[in-house]
Amino acid sequence: MNLQNIIRCSATSDLTPAPQIRDHQMEVAKLIDVTTCIGCKACQVACNEWNDLRGEVEENVGVYDNPRDLAPETWTLMRFTEHEDESGKLEWLIRKDGCMHCEDPGCLKACPAPGAIVQYENGIVDFQSDHCIGCGYCVAGCPFNVPRISKKDNRAYKCTLCSDRVSVGQEPACVKTCPTGAISFGSKESMKTLAAERVAELNERGFEHAGLYDPQGVGGTHVMYVLHHADEPTLYAGLPKEPQISPVVEGWKDVLKPVAAVATVAAVAGMVAHFVGVGPNNVEEEDTSETDKTV
Amino acid sequence: MAKKKDLILRTKFAERLCHWFLVICFFFTATSGLSWFYPSLSWMSNLLGSPQLARILHPFLGIVVFLALCFMLVKFAKYNLFAKTDLLWFRSVTGVIANKHDEKLQIGKYNAGQKVLFWLIMTAIVVLLVSGLIMWRAYFAHLFPIPVLRLAILAHAMAGIGLILLILGHIYLAIWVRGSITGMVTGYVSRAWVRQHHDRWYDELAAKDAAQKVDSKA
Repeated sequence: MNLQNIIRCSATSDLTPAPQIRDHQMEVAKLIDVTTCIGCKACQVACNEWNDLRGEVEENVGVYDNPRDLAPETWTLMRFTEHEDESGKLEWLIRKDGCMHCEDPGCLKACPAPGAIVQYENGIVDFQSDHCIGCGYCVAGCPFNVPRISKKDNRAYKCTLCSDRVSVGQEPACVKTCPTGAISFGSKESMKTLAAERVAELNERGFEHAGLYDPQGVGGTHVMYVLHHADEPTLYAGLPKEPQISPVVEGWKDVLKPVAAVATVAAVAGMVAHFVGVGPNNVEEEDTSETDKTV
Repeated sequence: MAKKKDLILRTKFAERLCHWFLVICFFFTATSGLSWFYPSLSWMSNLLGSPQLARILHPFLGIVVFLALCFMLVKFAKYNLFAKTDLLWFRSVTGVIANKHDEKLQIGKYNAGQKVLFWLIMTAIVVLLVSGLIMWRAYFAHLFPIPVLRLAILAHAMAGIGLILLILGHIYLAIWVRGSITGMVTGYVSRAWVRQHHDRWYDELAAKDAAQKVDSKA
């Protein structure tokens, strides 16, 4: 990836922004049509194959989710939910979980290591693991609970949206492999158009709340879902309804930092002024033999 | 140079050693912490070798600072309990800052400002320890839900900045009050220094001395 394509970089000051001169036009997006997914997990396999990931083999805990959770070696995961609607009809909601590639990424905001998290001009949020220090702030920053820190090397990992494939004009591995065509990839605009067509179809078939999940609280995402119940995203294994960067993280980064800087400068300035103003606090009276007598 | 008999032992060897050990450990803990708070100070994490190594060492150094402060607590808490006479100091604080020494303020071994500093440092280190353990990714962070981690990180940053500001003030006052740094290095301060800065403590020492002289005569 050309370094001029990095438009945002973790732990860099606004005074020294990333390269801005190029007029980047196209943002990409992956569209996951949850209503078409059959839960075959081919995307998980393709992800592991392309990215050379081999997670630990786990015990079956009685659910379809396998592995149980995202992990440093599991960047995408089908989450299965059995949902009964008001009429008692069972729906099997299957959501492919992974990094949402937020336009305003909480992980990048929280990261204290310069350049460990970057955002490319096409919207992909990528971890530069050689710069990662393993502090886990990205875990706290993410509104979707996605990044995982490896116990093996103490570095953070998540879906890269196959930035290596995308940079040479290929779609992500999961998109390439999906047998039902539930995952599409292209410009964000074209994916929105595609989603609108699919949503109209679903509306016609009786899913009146079908819709696109492109949460604006994080500036929109570069991974979007078509949901049958877009009014209730939490049905889909806890997909947040209105995700945003936590106010606690904003308080830490946007309030405490400048306040502390001003306080420190004011304190040092006050000390200098005080010293120059009143001078050193010397012992005024000299030790004399007279004082020795008193003790 | 004053003769030894004109000097008063203010800080014992073990306590001085602990103080300077704290200085070194706190320096590295604070600089590495700052390196993650301000991107412009990220170079500070290289003082511990590399940013990755700093991330590994920072929590351990922090625990060492906590333990050393526990020792300080045991050794100094009794001198830092607030007394009625501290009100006098608080009321005259502008005079103290203005470097006026005409009034006797009934100051014990530590003045009221030093006592406030002492307890604020102790509070800050407890907040830093608890929040630091919660957010310690390598061992404990996975035991806590993410909203708790966020609060811990915020609390850690606030307490860290607070402690750094307190220590900056502590360093400045040590520079301002001539004789303090020598006191913390050698342990000894002059009688006149004690009389000027800690008059009540001076009187207490004098009374003790007089009592001893009476005892030895008897």
